[in-house]
Amino acid sequence: MSNIVQILADAISLGSLYALVALAIGLVFGVMKLINFAQADYITIGAYALVVPSASVTPVLLLGALPVALMVPGVMLVVTLLALATERLAFRPMRNANPATLLISSFAVSYFLQHLVMMVHTGRPKSVGIGNSLAGAVEVLGVRLPGNQILTMAVAAVLLVALVFFLKKTPMGIQMRAAAENFQMARLMGVRANRVIAVAFVMSGIMAATVSLLLVIQTGTLDIRMGLMPVIFAFFATVIGGMGSLPGAALGGFIVGFISVLLQAFLPAELRAFRDAGVFLLVILILLVRPQGLIVDRAAKERV
Amino acid sequence: MSVSPLSPHAPATTDRGPAERLLRCWFPVLALIVPLFAVAIVSDLAGSVMIQRTVTEALIRIVVVVGIYVFVGNTGVISFGSVTFMAIAAYATGWQTCCEALKPITMPGLPEFLRDHSYSLFPAALAAVALAALAAFVTGLVLMRMSGLAASISTLAVLFIVNVVYSNWDSVTMGTASMVGLPRYVTLWVALGAAVLAIVVAWLYQSSRFGLAVRATRADEVAAAACGVSLYRARLLAFTLSGALMGLGGVLTAHFLGTVSINSFFLKLTFIALAMLVVGGMGSLAGAVAGVVVTSVVIDVFRRLESGFSIAGANWSLPAGTQELVLAGVMLLILIYRKDGLMGGREFHWPSNRGKIAGT
Repeated sequence: MSNIVQILADAISLGSLYALVALAIGLVFGVMKLINFAQADYITIGAYALVVPSASVTPVLLLGALPVALMVPGVMLVVTLLALATERLAFRPMRNANPATLLISSFAVSYFLQHLVMMVHTGRPKSVGIGNSLAGAVEVLGVRLPGNQILTMAVAAVLLVALVFFLKKTPMGIQMRAAAENFQMARLMGVRANRVIAVAFVMSGIMAATVSLLLVIQTGTLDIRMGLMPVIFAFFATVIGGMGSLPGAALGGFIVGFISVLLQAFLPAELRAFRDAGVFLLVILILLVRPQGLIVDRAAKERV
Repeated sequence: MSVSPLSPHAPATTDRGPAERLLRCWFPVLALIVPLFAVAIVSDLAGSVMIQRTVTEALIRIVVVVGIYVFVGNTGVISFGSVTFMAIAAYATGWQTCCEALKPITMPGLPEFLRDHSYSLFPAALAAVALAALAAFVTGLVLMRMSGLAASISTLAVLFIVNVVYSNWDSVTMGTASMVGLPRYVTLWVALGAAVLAIVVAWLYQSSRFGLAVRATRADEVAAAACGVSLYRARLLAFTLSGALMGLGGVLTAHFLGTVSINSFFLKLTFIALAMLVVGGMGSLAGAVAGVVVTSVVIDVFRRLESGFSIAGANWSLPAGTQELVLAGVMLLILIYRKDGLMGGREFHWPSNRGKIAGT
């Protein structure tokens, strides 16, 4: 019983992490049909903002040295500015390009940022001790759960609720949903294209910063490719969920997280190394049954 | 008046000899192949060993990028998974030809016919290419059902699945360690032959009815479907042919380096190959080849600058990683300012056409 609760907690916390990344990707996709590879590097750079650039394996803390109340907004500010900069410099000039071109340009932006980080911080992994106080276990329902897992779930829940509130109740959120539905029509109704897209990037930046902090607290390490796997899984989350559907992206995130944790728990030990391959295989099987994704977004299909 | 089935661009003029008509049909291919021959001859006669290696590498890259172009260029669907088929073929040829004495020890999990026997090089290469094509066909059966963007993302899944499996299947692939000791038979001329073959195959395909059909789906999916083109079958054929050419690229890479390692067929190679295709322009075969040539020169120049140069007696070197930043920067600038690449989606045409091309 306690084992099952533990697995469930693992699955929910991993799933909520993927759901956050998938929502960030889904928000930007909604307004400009861009699948943003660079989301991975937003996450990586957010984490690297905690330390002073150096070749050291245990670097001196930069933003990480601040008290939590300043550190969290600080990282969010850095990542948000980065997200806005990529939008302004790379994605805005090709806004009218087709989705395939945008996809490939975000691949290039990601490659650029990744090598920039590598140049500044060197490629070797580093260890960072923030949030050590959260590593202790807390007893819930007779099961001892690590504090950082509870934190991940709580933060994800707060952000999900805040996002739903933003999209449903605030004028900006409603404009954003309108833009996702039909960008041209929304502009004719007075929605300002640049502002809506910028807000989508700001939100994806805030979510990326959150994810990077959660990842650092969980693993205590910095790595050039730390953002890559969450973003790849989140891509699949948006595809299984149905491209263009935000509830679909969140649902897909949880599905991918659950598959991953269940395989980890129930695969025989000698096959566990193949877990990620199993996750991708199951994702493809889901897509075989529903090539359009679980929640089909009518606005995503171009009318002829 | 007959228009040759080989070329959609055959001019609608009469009274020309068959020889000239043939030349016109094949001019776009000759315009690519002849300069390659010239470069190969010059570097064979006058170049240093380093230059010859660089040229050979670039010729192998042409096979790879043309392989990606056959799918990406003709269908308009980006594939991040194509280098997977290189890996599959490279390992397949390695299993057949490598290190007979060591195989039972380093790769004990191989089936008996591979573990205890070695095969001659040419049949091994053919088998490896066939395996890559088969793998592309099977994955294509699943992936080509999806819409363009979802299919692009799903090709990433193929890349990761094969990478995870080959990195961990220690008894067959030696995990992330390199398989070493493959016969190194890929010289400048072998690479040139393969590049010419890839270009000719790609040209025959894109001017065949199947190629025209799939290019129609790139221009407008709905209109093409309304004309009776099956999106699924057209893309599946392109993906399979692309897989076979990628397999050829993988075999060449393996027998050029003499080693095979799964992590050399991953995101970095995917990026470089796609960057080459984008720089040249993914809409035409000439773009794919020109992209490789231009990008290879840029990469080589910056590789040299990174390793150090001297100006006015002082030694300078660019920091490591400049090469990658420049490549990504060039790719972005091309995407922003010249979306269709250097070639702008055009082939090289017979110079005297002067706008009299049929269908334009």
